[in-house]
Amino acid sequence: MSFSRRAFLGAAGLSALGLTGKAAIDAFALQPPHEPASTPAGTRWAMVIDPKKCLEAGDCTACLDACHRTHNVPAIDNRAHEVKWIWKESFEHAFPSLQTDYPPDALRDKPVMVLCNHCDNPPCVRVCPTQATWKRSDGIVMMDWHRCIGCRYCVAACPYGSRSFNWSDPRPSIAQITPDFPTRSKGVVEKCTFCEERIARDEPPACVAACHAKALVFGNLNDPESDVRSLLRSHFTLRRKPELGTRPAIYYIV
Amino acid sequence: MRDRHAIIAALIVFFVVLTFPIWYARAAGTTSRGPEPKLPETEKTCVMPVEYMRASHMKLLLTWRDDVVRRNVRTWIAPDGKSYKASLSGTCLRCHANKAEFCDRCHTYAGVTPYCWECHVDPASIKGSGT
Repeated sequence: MSFSRRAFLGAAGLSALGLTGKAAIDAFALQPPHEPASTPAGTRWAMVIDPKKCLEAGDCTACLDACHRTHNVPAIDNRAHEVKWIWKESFEHAFPSLQTDYPPDALRDKPVMVLCNHCDNPPCVRVCPTQATWKRSDGIVMMDWHRCIGCRYCVAACPYGSRSFNWSDPRPSIAQITPDFPTRSKGVVEKCTFCEERIARDEPPACVAACHAKALVFGNLNDPESDVRSLLRSHFTLRRKPELGTRPAIYYIV
Repeated sequence: MRDRHAIIAALIVFFVVLTFPIWYARAAGTTSRGPEPKLPETEKTCVMPVEYMRASHMKLLLTWRDDVVRRNVRTWIAPDGKSYKASLSGTCLRCHANKAEFCDRCHTYAGVTPYCWECHVDPASIKGSGT
C-alpha cells in the first residue's frame, strides 16, 4: 500500500488543524466587553439622603461643617478655586435630567446635599493615569493623595463636579487644622472619601454623625436588613444622572 | 633674600586663609560633629532596632503609607510581634513629639527636604497657634 506525498501532507494538515483549531478559535474569539463590576459580595457602602428632612432643619450646615472640619477642607471664597467635599446644590442642578418642568414645590429651587457618589462605574477612576484614585472592594472611590500628579483628568471626567483641585497651598485657608487628618498640598485633587478612616474605626461618616435631622443615612447596600436598604424598600429614590451609567451609591428620597 | 619680610608676611596670610574654615567654625560655635537628634525620654525602643530606623525609616513609612491608604490595613506588626497603629502623626510623633529637635535636625544636616509635612500635620505646631 502506497502513502503518497500528497496524502501525507493532507493528513498532516488536518491533524494540525484538529490539534490547534480550538485554541485558535478561543484566542480570536471576541473578548468580553469591559463590564463594570456588579455590586460585589460583602460590604457595599452607600448613603440615602432625604432632602425634605434636610430642608425641615432650615439653613443647617452641620454635615458640611463637620466634614470640612474633620478633613481639613479649606474655605476658599473664589469659586474658581473653591474646594468642597459635600455641598448644597439646587434640586434642578442636582437632577438636571429629571424630565419635568414642574418639580414639586417642596423641592423646587431648594438646596440638596451633594457629595461624591462613589459610583459603581466611576469615570474618574477610569481616566486616572497613575491609579491615584481607584475603586475599593467595599465600593468607596478612594484617593491616594501621595500619588496624585494633579493632571485633573478626574475633575473633567466626574459628571457630578465632586472633585476639587488645589490651585494653591490650602493651609492658609483652613481656619483650624485637625491634626488627625492630613491637609492636601498645592497641585493635588481631593474629594469625599466616604470617611473611610472613620469607617475603619466602625464609626459612621462625619456628615452622617453630625446630621441632627437624620436626613443622611449610611449603610451596607448588600445587607438586606441595613438602614439604607430598608429606606430604599419603603421610599421611591433617585440617583443623580442615571443615564450616564455611573451607578451612584448615593440615593435621594423624593 | 631682600624680599624675606614680604615672603613671610604672604605665607602668614596664606596659612590664615588656608585654615579659615577652622577659625570660622570656632567663632561661629559650630562643630563638625553629627546632627545629634534629641531622642524621646519616655521610650527606650522604637518600632524597629535603631540601626534599621536610622537607615531605613523612610522605607518603613512608605510601607505604612501603602498599607493604610491602598490596602486599608491600619495596624502594622513588628518583627518582634508587637502591633502598632500605622500613623506618622499618631504613632511616630507620639514619642518623637518634638519634630524640630528630632526629624528636622537630621534632615537639615543631611540636606534633605522630605515633603511629608506639606500635608501631614505636626500636632505640636497646631497647639502653638491656638485659636
